[in-house]
Amino acid sequence: MGYTIFILLLPLLSFLLLGLCGNFMKPKAAGITGTLSTAAVTMLSYFTAFRYFSAGRGADGIFPTLMPYNFRWLPFNDTLGIDMGVMLDPIAVMMLVVISTVSLMVHIYSFGYMKGEKGFQRYYAFLSLFTMAMLGLVVATNIFQMYVFWELVGVSSYLLIGFYYTKPAAIAASKKAFIVTRFADLGFLIGILIYGYYAGTFGFTPEASRLMSAGMMIPLALGLMFVGGAGKSAMFPLHIWLPDAMEGPTPVSALIHAATMVVAGVYLVARMFPLFVGYAPDLLPWIAYIGAFTALYAAVVACVQSDIKRVLAFSTISQIGFMMVALGVCTSTDPHDGGLGYMASMFHLFTHAMFKALLFLGAGSIIHAVHSNEMSAMGGLRKYMPLTHITFLVACLAIAGIWPFSGFFSKDEILAASFGFSPVMGWVMTAVAGLTAFYMFRLYFGIFWGTENRELHAAHRPKESPLNMTLPLVFLALVTCIAGFIPFGDFVSSDGQAYHIHIDPAIAAVSLTVSLCAIGLATWMYARDRQPVTDMLASKFSVLHKAAYNRFYIDSIWLFITKKVIFRCISAPVAWFDRHVIDGFFNLCGKAAAWLSEKIRPMQNSNIQQYTIWYLAGAVVLVLILLF
Amino acid sequence: MTQFFQMRQEIGLTAVFLLMFVADLFLSEKHRNLLHPTACILLALQTVLTARPEDVTLFAGMYHSTELASALKTILSFGTLLVFLQSTQWLNRPDARHKTGEFYTLALSTLIGMYFMVSAGHFLLFFLGLELATVPMACLVAFDKYKGNSAEAGAKFILYALFSSGIFLYGVSLIYGAVGSLYFEDMQLHLHGCELQILALVFVFTGLAFKLSLVPFHLWTADTYQGAPTAVSGMLSAISKGAAAFALMTILFKVFGRMAAQWELMLEIVIVITITVGNLFAMRQKNMKRFMAFSSISQAGYIMLAMLGDYGQGSASLVYYIAVYVFANLAVFGVINSIEQQTHGKVLRDDYKGLYATNPKLTMVMTLALFSLAGIPPFAGFFSKFMVFASAFSQGHYVVVFLALINTVISLYYYLLVVKAMFIDTSEEPVAPFRSSPYMRISLVLCLCGVLFLGLASGVYTLFTTLA
Repeated sequence: MGYTIFILLLPLLSFLLLGLCGNFMKPKAAGITGTLSTAAVTMLSYFTAFRYFSAGRGADGIFPTLMPYNFRWLPFNDTLGIDMGVMLDPIAVMMLVVISTVSLMVHIYSFGYMKGEKGFQRYYAFLSLFTMAMLGLVVATNIFQMYVFWELVGVSSYLLIGFYYTKPAAIAASKKAFIVTRFADLGFLIGILIYGYYAGTFGFTPEASRLMSAGMMIPLALGLMFVGGAGKSAMFPLHIWLPDAMEGPTPVSALIHAATMVVAGVYLVARMFPLFVGYAPDLLPWIAYIGAFTALYAAVVACVQSDIKRVLAFSTISQIGFMMVALGVCTSTDPHDGGLGYMASMFHLFTHAMFKALLFLGAGSIIHAVHSNEMSAMGGLRKYMPLTHITFLVACLAIAGIWPFSGFFSKDEILAASFGFSPVMGWVMTAVAGLTAFYMFRLYFGIFWGTENRELHAAHRPKESPLNMTLPLVFLALVTCIAGFIPFGDFVSSDGQAYHIHIDPAIAAVSLTVSLCAIGLATWMYARDRQPVTDMLASKFSVLHKAAYNRFYIDSIWLFITKKVIFRCISAPVAWFDRHVIDGFFNLCGKAAAWLSEKIRPMQNSNIQQYTIWYLAGAVVLVLILLF
Repeated sequence: MTQFFQMRQEIGLTAVFLLMFVADLFLSEKHRNLLHPTACILLALQTVLTARPEDVTLFAGMYHSTELASALKTILSFGTLLVFLQSTQWLNRPDARHKTGEFYTLALSTLIGMYFMVSAGHFLLFFLGLELATVPMACLVAFDKYKGNSAEAGAKFILYALFSSGIFLYGVSLIYGAVGSLYFEDMQLHLHGCELQILALVFVFTGLAFKLSLVPFHLWTADTYQGAPTAVSGMLSAISKGAAAFALMTILFKVFGRMAAQWELMLEIVIVITITVGNLFAMRQKNMKRFMAFSSISQAGYIMLAMLGDYGQGSASLVYYIAVYVFANLAVFGVINSIEQQTHGKVLRDDYKGLYATNPKLTMVMTLALFSLAGIPPFAGFFSKFMVFASAFSQGHYVVVFLALINTVISLYYYLLVVKAMFIDTSEEPVAPFRSSPYMRISLVLCLCGVLFLGLASGVYTLFTTLA
């Protein structure tokens, strides 16, 4: 399977080509270059997946882990070193398919969406860079390679969020995303260092004996890695960057902030899953609690947002929470006994990537038509944009968990796993699923039904998007319709053995009922032209509504911590000290010198004296510290 | 005599120095321009021809150059070559033209001093090297002596340097009192950590801490970098620091090896203060040269982390860090220099607003170099940072590594401020599009290659490991 290296090389080449010569190319030629290379990568990924899964299982009933490429890239000491290469196992192959598919759709879609934008070539160059980085992340042969690509993904995300670099909000958002995730990556890097030293390798399958003797260091390392994953995957309270990241172009949101990059944290936990179960079983429930809280919190906030991309952003956070919960509730690697969540999480990652990309691309199509993100500019759009309407509805039904759309199947597995963990967790997640259905249909009715903004639509009649935008929508909608019937457990499961998915009728009935009730409620509240109930609720619970609309002020709290506490209390005094005490002292001397005529000698003298006093004081303090 | 010729690198450099000196004396006014290519070619030849690392001990151990030290000397020579390439435009100005030769001879003699610093085996030779590296440097700092701040910077630098040399010599004399010898190899047996020796340790340490501008011995740094000609600031920040860091590591391990417990504590304190203070001050700087001064202070703290590892891994990662740092830092100074020359003195961050629109290539060089300094993979700076962290980590200095890591996030913030100014902010009067001199362009391309490939080409680090 040596050809798999081209999955990484093609986007890299396309990035180099577009990055270096993009300005000499016509925008269309640049777009076609990027799209063709992605199409080739997609074909290669499908072919790889086909070959990999059709080659069959090994004698132990497990799909073998292949390493078509692996070389020692940086020897560290005699035993420890950093490798680079390509590793194929079921989840890596699955991710290849997901990433390349969504990426290809976004490439095609962007032809229409970004048409005429300044920097079209740059945009496609960055898309290629991102695709390469993300693919490199999932096929990493070791945690260190994963980290390198992990950061590269962060860089390309930074570049793409800030694509509209003339918009101050986009710039602020890109910086916020970069710095928040970097902050979380700190944990990741320390985790890697600890892991490397105690496990004696950066690989994913260290020797058990070394891990046993490492004691508490392995759980610590895994915990720190989870912090990194939580940052990338926008877990509470590190989620604050994701809603702001919506300032980027919408196709980018679809690719990076819905389908691929943000699930990297989930993928990381899944990658380290055997170690979590084996050596840090106490950590997993905490992951579940954090995931559940994030899911609930984000769902509540999503109910009152008015910017459609922000609703989708919070729904993404909430859905990633679902995936984390599914991983966290695992207690063993046996899917029949407490290990179901692993498969459920990966399954949901797969289906979610498809329908969430569809939702974002649909939202992009709407924004393209009405030139606004606000729901107040929409309403009644179903008449103008039939294709977008139908595909958006399919995606809404999928995320709400309605049979036979893909979301139903994966969410059902997650709920089953949660009930297996504890009834409380099961009911909480069912409630969140209900909330999901509610806010998604609030969004749906708000856009396509509800109060139409006739003034705006009369002035500028919305029309259906061009074919290069609707085609990806249709394709993703088809995938969403059939993906649920893929026997996913046959390919991916916690112990590698084939696992046959079966729907638990009781859980399915409960979750379907809850979802349908929620959709019914949303219909009653939002589908009509006038919405008295909503206004009444909003005014009656105005405090709660305002708090939720402002995302419970979490951003403000962070801002307070960074701006007020760090900048004001630490940095500002130091700078003040620099400006007023150190600089100011000398300035004062200078002014005093001017004042008091020439009696006082040049200020240089006093300057250096002061400097040397610091020098001497430093030396004396060091001596004292060492002596006592 | 045969012993003498084994100092190939020093002999080569001295030959270059003498040739430049003679050329400066005999070239007529009309042919002054030839000095630039001559200096660059001669130094390049010296760098390449003497690049073979070997272990040499001469004069009964007075001179001891390890393989790693000679690799470092190659790096320093190469860095100086980059500085030379970056200074031509500045030296061609009417007010500096007549002093071109002086610049080259002074710069080469500081380099010779640094050579002796890193390959000394005896405190006397070491001190000579230290002074030879410092005194001509002060002349370079005050090179634009008719500009008030350059002269001021030179005066501050030399006075501060004198003071620190005094303290250093005091420390050396204490050592002599304790041991009765100044040979490094005699020290191991006799220095074990009594009060007198601690005093000696701290005094010797501060002498080098001044050159590395570690807090609180850094106060000269910002004023000097701001006042000095930009090419000289670049040399001070990258080359001079590299030599001092390696020399300090040699002294700590070879001379004070048995007092490791004491100096590790000292280093931990100094590193944390240095990185933090450097970062916090850097955040607030508006002048790019002052900004880079504080950035280089915090970078010096990261370099010091390498000394907390064991000697083999530590020294390899130290040299690697220096190599990477030389490229990235000189790239930044190169861009600053180029803009300063073009616009006759614009060095504020606000002057860089909208630079991407007018000078995209310079902006890209600057951005990538800043990313490297901030330690973002896959640029070289990430790997060098990782190596020093790993080196300190492997010896159990978890707290320091953790604090240093937090500081990398802070540093990302202020490096991004510059990136933001260049890419995003708009300006009423941005720097007009221009082409830098061919010399400058060569140096920036070389720097960029270093930033991009030094990290990815794993052979470089492996080479240093085998030499260590």
